[in-house]
Amino acid sequence: MPRMNAAQRHGVDFTLNGRRVRAEAENRMLLSDLLRHEIGLTGTHVGCEHGVCGACTVQIDGKPARACLTLAQQVRGSDVRTVEALAPDPAELSPLQAAFRRHHGLQCGFCTPGILMSLDALLREQPDAGREDIREHLSGHLCRCTGYATIVEAALAAAEEQRKEETTNA
Amino acid sequence: MKPASFDFICPDTLDEALSALSEAGGDGRIIAGGQSLVPMLNMRLARPGVLIDIMRLEALRRIETSGDGITVGAAVRQAELEAWPNLLRDLPLLTAAFPWIGHVQTRARGTVCGSVAHADPSAELPLSLVTLGGAVSLRSRKQKRKVTADDFFIGMMATDLAEGEMIEAVHFPKARPGSGYAFREVGRRHGDFAIVACAAVADDKGLRLGIAGVDDRPRVFALPALDDDQFEDALNDIAWSLNAREDIHASARYRRELVRNLGRETLKEASRCRA
Repeated sequence: MPRMNAAQRHGVDFTLNGRRVRAEAENRMLLSDLLRHEIGLTGTHVGCEHGVCGACTVQIDGKPARACLTLAQQVRGSDVRTVEALAPDPAELSPLQAAFRRHHGLQCGFCTPGILMSLDALLREQPDAGREDIREHLSGHLCRCTGYATIVEAALAAAEEQRKEETTNA
Repeated sequence: MKPASFDFICPDTLDEALSALSEAGGDGRIIAGGQSLVPMLNMRLARPGVLIDIMRLEALRRIETSGDGITVGAAVRQAELEAWPNLLRDLPLLTAAFPWIGHVQTRARGTVCGSVAHADPSAELPLSLVTLGGAVSLRSRKQKRKVTADDFFIGMMATDLAEGEMIEAVHFPKARPGSGYAFREVGRRHGDFAIVACAAVADDKGLRLGIAGVDDRPRVFALPALDDDQFEDALNDIAWSLNAREDIHASARYRRELVRNLGRETLKEASRCRA
């Protein structure tokens, strides 16, 4: 039975944005801090640090989850995706990100990475997601500048684009 | 915010988990999904010296149906029960309650039993368990016992759990045909903690109304079948019998008023569903 001592750092093996990684973390380190401080992926933002604001939302095994309510040790063996995984390359936005840009779905951008990860998970799982589903997923996020109307419009546009893409490819 | 230091144990079997918990004494805590415990750790409202992670124990990951009830193991996530194919048929009250439980993002990680162990007086899962007349299976290295949900919750975030004991599973009685169920809640925003939440069951024995967010634990009241003009007095009696809390979110008077109105609506909806 593995027992990890509080005084030391311990290895955490997991998949991050499609690549196997091994990081070192104290038991008390949160996933949000592991991503930002140990691995250097600062796209995941940290707001309230008690699960209310949604800024730190990432995907764990395909499901949106709060990185600030997850201990680094809890993702051993899991598949973690962060906002850095969305854009296909540094010069090109993902369709969801591009829709946010077109529809003014962000202003200061602090809450955006978390919202993108929730909506990305929704649109993968439910390609026919409508306004109510989008609002339900957005209810786990706080945005204090843009407001939610343009975010909903951006998500609806991205969902429609995705459906068209699938029809064309079919 | 950073949690205080703790040892972290990942047992391979339930026996190992129970031994570790017994060894840690009052300093040990079980961690499952962490959606209630990690905020407490972050704010240092909880400072356990040892955390025991039970999410890798297959024996606790099961949703099982027996003759008259559904047993949900301690490592079953809320989203897993929410997506369980028989939920609407066997636990319609939970189908109605789930959208109110935190957010999609917390239900994906949080467990059903974790919410019960946390025992927040406004939480939906403890309320549903008490209203349905459910039970909690507790286990320590030395013994197993089962207590009714109503006996398990003893106060504000306080339960009957003893040192060295953990929740192994919770049991929900299965919905009976011809019964009606309803769930309603008032909060500042969707997904916030409830100011008042009501759960109701209507069946051939009468009505049951569960209320969370008012007293220091979820409370349940049995009522006879009521005519339309009898609701007001019955709910007024219930409102005054609760020890209503007053806090930054709502006055005790407002909470009592919500019990009268939301309670009536929830009971009526459950009665309509029965018909």
